[in-house]
Amino acid sequence: MDFDFTFFALLMTNGVLIGLMYSLIALGFVLVYKATDAINFAQGEFVMMAGYLAVLGAFGVNFWLGLIVSVLGMAAFGFVLERVMLRPLIGRPVVAVIMATIGLAAVLRGIWPMLVGVDTYNITLPISDEPIELGPLLLQPVQLFGAGVALAFLAGFTWFFLKSRMGVAMRAVADNQQVAMAMGINVERYFALAWAMAGLVAALGGVVWSSMLGVDTHLALIGLKVFPVVILGGLDSIVGAIVGGLIIGVVESVAAGYLDPYVGGGTKDFAPYVLMILVLMFKPYGIFGKRKIERV
Amino acid sequence: MLSLNNIEVVYDNVILVLKGVSIAVEAGKITTLLGANGAGKTTTLKAISGVLRTERGEVTKGNIEFDGKRIDGMRPFDIAKIGLVQVFEGRRVFEHLTTEENLIAGGHVVAQASKVREGIERVYSYFPRLKERRTQQSGYLSGGEQQMLAIGRALMSSPRIILLDEPSLGLAPMLTEEIFGIVQQLRDKEKLTVLLVEQNATLALEVADHGYVMENGRIVLEGDAEKLRQNSDIKEFYLGLNEVGTRKSYRDVKHYKRRKRWL
Repeated sequence: MDFDFTFFALLMTNGVLIGLMYSLIALGFVLVYKATDAINFAQGEFVMMAGYLAVLGAFGVNFWLGLIVSVLGMAAFGFVLERVMLRPLIGRPVVAVIMATIGLAAVLRGIWPMLVGVDTYNITLPISDEPIELGPLLLQPVQLFGAGVALAFLAGFTWFFLKSRMGVAMRAVADNQQVAMAMGINVERYFALAWAMAGLVAALGGVVWSSMLGVDTHLALIGLKVFPVVILGGLDSIVGAIVGGLIIGVVESVAAGYLDPYVGGGTKDFAPYVLMILVLMFKPYGIFGKRKIERV
Repeated sequence: MLSLNNIEVVYDNVILVLKGVSIAVEAGKITTLLGANGAGKTTTLKAISGVLRTERGEVTKGNIEFDGKRIDGMRPFDIAKIGLVQVFEGRRVFEHLTTEENLIAGGHVVAQASKVREGIERVYSYFPRLKERRTQQSGYLSGGEQQMLAIGRALMSSPRIILLDEPSLGLAPMLTEEIFGIVQQLRDKEKLTVLLVEQNATLALEVADHGYVMENGRIVLEGDAEKLRQNSDIKEFYLGLNEVGTRKSYRDVKHYKRRKRWL
């Protein structure tokens, strides 16, 4: 069999674009984990909720209005959620927080179909859906748009955590809550901020993904798909989210392109997990995760 | 400047740890709080800085005043804002942040970015070694450097009083002396008030102006550092000297165990 370079390049670009869109969702996990040391298992449901808000917020008429409703709505949702559900759990074991998010995921998955029915809604981006030709490759404008948004936000949050005083304070909170408190950092406010930011990126991810997949409860499964991305990249690293997203995107795409014809499909869904397990054997904190510091 | 009036602290609603502690800390002085393990020294500091509540502890009786204002019951980050910072036992730097980021986080309550910059330079002038390590992850600093960083970080908010919890823990004697020397400088140059908790009584009484001795959640003795150094009980139980002032030998201990006179 001849090696078809065009086919390979197509799989690669497709993988890279999808991967960046995964990174955008992964960023939601990273933000919460960075500040609170807990994993938000409801991140996929956040994305689904954001999709519903984007569609229904503007009654499907205006895309931009829908986007604004979704972004504000999700940020507010994250903020309120921290107040109501997570603040009482401060000082309890992290497992309690994780269980609470799993419960929240189930609730969200149940409530939204109850409110709006089980139909699939569509979002149309205000850009043309004519594929863009790049040499032999055809690129989907939706994917390019998604990847662009992802890159912009990943860069923005990287700057925030490394250079801004608020970002440094947030990392200090993640490192040691008690000491941060004694240094005059209002820990609860930063938790609320982290959740609001997680809501915000979920809103963007939700809009981007639902314009590709449509909005229904299946959108929540994206949380599960992105899980290997964050584990692979390291739960608290934004760079890790990008690299993890790219790797998973490419692996998925290439696996689907080359293996599916032989096994009859489905490799796309498990290849990322196989890779995740392999990486964890060698790098238990992920590729870019912070390791526990032990001085000898 | 800071006064604890007969405070009682209860953990978990049942465990009584402090049984009526009264301490007065004078402005511009180093006051030391001595005592054995489990006497309640750290709990006293945590009660003052307000972090007690995160450990399910509570001040149930008495009150704590800072500049004539009651601070018991205030939230820890609000207490830090009014100029009272605790340096924790065991250094507790933000391990994954660099040295400089630790200092930035310490200056969180300072509103202006330029003031934070000034603060960082001031800390570097007292601890030049931190400047060499400014971009290094603080978790990998040596113990002494971490202790310097912990103190420097506390100074970033320009506090009027700092609570120092066992700065000598796990450090070589020479380093400890260096750090204590800097604490004295801070008192003399910056008019900083210090409440120092120590197990190393010899050293603490050398740098301090005033001292308290704690045992089983009570203050059992207080006085000027000079006077405490001369006190025969302190000599016997904390400085390890007997009446004549010579080192104690194990043989004497076996024959005759001196009773603490304050009990």
